[in-house]
Amino acid sequence: MLRIACPYCGRRAQAEFVFERALDAILPLDATPAAAVEHLFARDNPKGWSWELWRHTAGCGAWLRLHRHTVTHQIAAVETLGAPRQDAGG
Amino acid sequence: MTGSRRPVGGLIDRSKMLAFTFDGARYEGHPGDTLASALLANGVSLLGRSFKYHRPRGLLAAGVEEPSALVGVGVGGRFEPNTRATDLFLYDGLTAHSQNRWPSLALDVGAVLGAFGRFIPAGFYYKAFLGKPDLWKIYEHFIRHAAGLGRPPRESDPDAYDHRAAFCDVLVVGAGPAGLAAALSASSTGARVMLVEQDDRLGGGLLRETARLDEATPDRWIARTTRTVAARGVRILTRATAVGYWDDDLVTVAQRLTEPGQSPAGDAPAQRLWRVRAEQVVLATGAIERPLPFEHNDRPGVMLAQAVRGYVGRFGVLPGARTVIATSHDDAYRTAFAVADTGGQVAAILDSRPACDRPIVRDAMARFPVWFEAQVLRAEGGAQGLRRVTARAGGKTLSFDCDLLAVSGGFSPVAHLHMQAGGALDWDPISGAFRAGQARQHQSSTGSAAGLDDLGEVIRHGWAAGANAAAALTSGAPAGSPPEVSERYPGPSHAVAALAAPDGVDPKRVFVDFQNDVTLADVDLAWREGYRSVEHLKRYTTLGMATDQGKTSNMAGLARLAANEGRSIPEVGLTTFRPPYTPVTLGVLAGHAKGFHVAPLRRPALYATHAAGNPLWQPVGYWMRPRAYPRAGENLHAAALREARTVRTALGWVDVSTLGKFEVAGPDAAALLERVCATTVAKLAVGRGRYTYMLREDGMVMDDGTVWRVGADRYLLTSSTGGADRMAHHLDYVRRVLAPQLKAAVANVQEHWAGVAVAGPGARSLIAALAPELDIPRHMSADRSVIGGVDVLILAASYSGERAFEIYVRNPEAAAVWALVAEAGVGLGGCAYGLEALEILRIEKGHVVVGGEIDGRTTPYDLGLHRMMNPARGFVGAAALQRPALQAQAGRQQLVGLESAQPIPEGSMLVRQAPGAAEGHVTAGGVRVIGEGFVALGLLRDGHARLGEPLTAWSPTRGRSAGVRVVQPLFYDPQGERYRD
Repeated sequence: MLRIACPYCGRRAQAEFVFERALDAILPLDATPAAAVEHLFARDNPKGWSWELWRHTAGCGAWLRLHRHTVTHQIAAVETLGAPRQDAGG
Repeated sequence: MTGSRRPVGGLIDRSKMLAFTFDGARYEGHPGDTLASALLANGVSLLGRSFKYHRPRGLLAAGVEEPSALVGVGVGGRFEPNTRATDLFLYDGLTAHSQNRWPSLALDVGAVLGAFGRFIPAGFYYKAFLGKPDLWKIYEHFIRHAAGLGRPPRESDPDAYDHRAAFCDVLVVGAGPAGLAAALSASSTGARVMLVEQDDRLGGGLLRETARLDEATPDRWIARTTRTVAARGVRILTRATAVGYWDDDLVTVAQRLTEPGQSPAGDAPAQRLWRVRAEQVVLATGAIERPLPFEHNDRPGVMLAQAVRGYVGRFGVLPGARTVIATSHDDAYRTAFAVADTGGQVAAILDSRPACDRPIVRDAMARFPVWFEAQVLRAEGGAQGLRRVTARAGGKTLSFDCDLLAVSGGFSPVAHLHMQAGGALDWDPISGAFRAGQARQHQSSTGSAAGLDDLGEVIRHGWAAGANAAAALTSGAPAGSPPEVSERYPGPSHAVAALAAPDGVDPKRVFVDFQNDVTLADVDLAWREGYRSVEHLKRYTTLGMATDQGKTSNMAGLARLAANEGRSIPEVGLTTFRPPYTPVTLGVLAGHAKGFHVAPLRRPALYATHAAGNPLWQPVGYWMRPRAYPRAGENLHAAALREARTVRTALGWVDVSTLGKFEVAGPDAAALLERVCATTVAKLAVGRGRYTYMLREDGMVMDDGTVWRVGADRYLLTSSTGGADRMAHHLDYVRRVLAPQLKAAVANVQEHWAGVAVAGPGARSLIAALAPELDIPRHMSADRSVIGGVDVLILAASYSGERAFEIYVRNPEAAAVWALVAEAGVGLGGCAYGLEALEILRIEKGHVVVGGEIDGRTTPYDLGLHRMMNPARGFVGAAALQRPALQAQAGRQQLVGLESAQPIPEGSMLVRQAPGAAEGHVTAGGVRVIGEGFVALGLLRDGHARLGEPLTAWSPTRGRSAGVRVVQPLFYDPQGERYRD
């Protein structure tokens, strides 16, 4: 089980968080039907570093941006959703 | 093989006797014995029958890697099948049974079949039953009876299981020489150290050896070291196996506080699962000895060389009177000395190496016949034990009478946890084994787990590993130095791996995986049939898939595959080690989460009020809601029908407190709701509400409810009980991620407001009586009022199809309002109704529900909801709804009504004629509340265009069917005259 450093609550067990989706899988409300299909059914499944959207559901409820390695599970950055994005760890 | 207890020696308490039974026969042993050592001491060597062929099996090992000696232990709910006799410490009253034999262990019918019948080759079941399902029906009973391991217990487990969390700087896994040295050095720096050991005492491999450490015997040194580290605050757990190594250095440790089948003292837990977060982990998990490949290498009396030494040294048991030792390296020679020094006879040492002049070999040659370039070809014997060993040495065939064959095919480091932690494995061509390589987390491997085998080197390496782990955390340097080891035969003993079978042996008789009865011939067959990947080999032959997970067998299988492929073992690769390292009970994983505690129970505000009337309950998600309120003599169906009829003819009231409820406020509240809801919202006047539904991103209907404009910039959204948590998350996702520019706040008020819905022709009179000041709101209007001095929100909405009002009240005041409703309602001829009546009423009205018709695969078109869709789009799911697959009008499952003169079985298939291909299914079956006949809702392919068509609702699993007619999904008051003013 991972430990995730919530910017508000500190380092907490993964069980308190839920993975929502990869950041590039966020489907904007004004997406075209073709873009929607692309987002829903033809997403990348990266092996390596990935930006992801998580939520500290059983904690403060904040939406968080994680830079996570899908093979090693290493987490290079945890940011609040509104914060400017850091380019961390490749 | 006839084992016997030696008069002296061993780490057992000879002053005390423990009585136990095995297959009904009574035996005695001593504290410190395992079931295996106690049985050996009593001359019992046949312990079980094998999985497929019912071959007689004894003990191969002395530790957790034992593949053969599996027993069922304990009685009643404490019965535990498939327990390794070598990993079961004796207690008074222990009751054990052998497994997989009938009628008895000595005389087994399955073994006769195995001997004379056709052997079951790899892939037998796939080939025999592929495309012939009827054959399986015929043979299933026989096969299930013949194959398999132990039977599960029939009673529920009476014991308690515990979970605990722990944190430490350095976790040392394994308390053998390397682990103890690591704990010594790490603890001397002031680091917080935890030491976990799967055995019931510390020492690991030292428990069978005779070397001196700082001039002390191993047991003295172990005792002294234990005292030292305990005094420094090291937390020591015994009978505690690190079974899983997870992300971020989380190690799960399953600890037995009682032995399998044993009653705990008082209400103490039987087992405990530790979740240990460590900053650094030292893996001193040892190595597992491998058997040798020869014909009948699975016979009782063939035992690993270290196991023999373990029984002699630790338990004071000599497993056989006359021993042959077959090896490929020095270590097994120690077994010859151990056997001979305790009065056993060593008939021969068969060394597969060319003649060598190593010190231990030289000393052995002075005492025993030693043969070089010698390989065992065949063991002869059976259920009664071993009789003879045939070998080839330097071109000559030799034969030895013996009752014990101690074998060693080298060692496999226990790299399981290292690999679970994401570590890589390195191939060591000298020892012929994979050992821990590059680490990914904060782990290091030491001792024989790191491929070391000289005791002095093991201890120095362990000391350094502990010091290094602590150095990453503390500034303190380790105090003291590693113990000095004096051993008669120092130096590395590995010379060569002996994984290949001798030429000329029959591969059908050479066992690789003892527990799953996989032979070399199976590995060869799989290879011939094209299973070249080690992962495919494993699944096709079941090699390494038994409860021992191939601890003693994986390497032999790999070696054979590599030889067939003409590639090296590291090129062929290794299957992945996954948790748990050794089997764990489901009880310890569940911990306290069983029975009532398996899930939280959510009680609505009116729970106690309902409970006083003793209703039938129905769980909805975690909520507990009344299903019906039966009167004397009524069953569920009769009660629900009476309640539903009362609603249609007079008045009923139902607790709707659990509905999802969200307040949405702010200048952009309507805009936010129009992104979540697929209907319009902004057009609502203050005080008005409407039905609405929400889509998932993929265009499928997710949930439905109502939305009310309760103020200029304030809305109340309701959604289904079961979907409320998901809706809360979804609302937040839309608000924070998709539309963060909107000025709107969302409050989840599901548990703030209790709700009582009153419905029926008398509902208006009831509201008028309860809230005389109120100007009764018309259908789909909302207003605030006071009932019995309590502020309430009244929503005029109908789910039942009758004139209805939902009264919302703050939770603490719910019971008072419910009582007033009931009191006035009874006077109007009404009654309380539960979820079952609600279901009957909604089916008749054709209202869809989440989990029924809203099943994650239906669109607004499928459910006939599209006419109320917001034409402006812009809501979640709007884009995906336009994809061609969902726009296609043909071939989709669409909502229909079904009517019949007979009950329509819920969940049944809709077919043209039974038996036949399903064209849809019945989602909900009900009755006409007023009048005769049965009605149902269903999803039917192209259903909207099939009105009037006769079909059969067919449920083969329940053996029921009903002729039905497809109709509009609305059976009652189609114009909606009853709920409007």
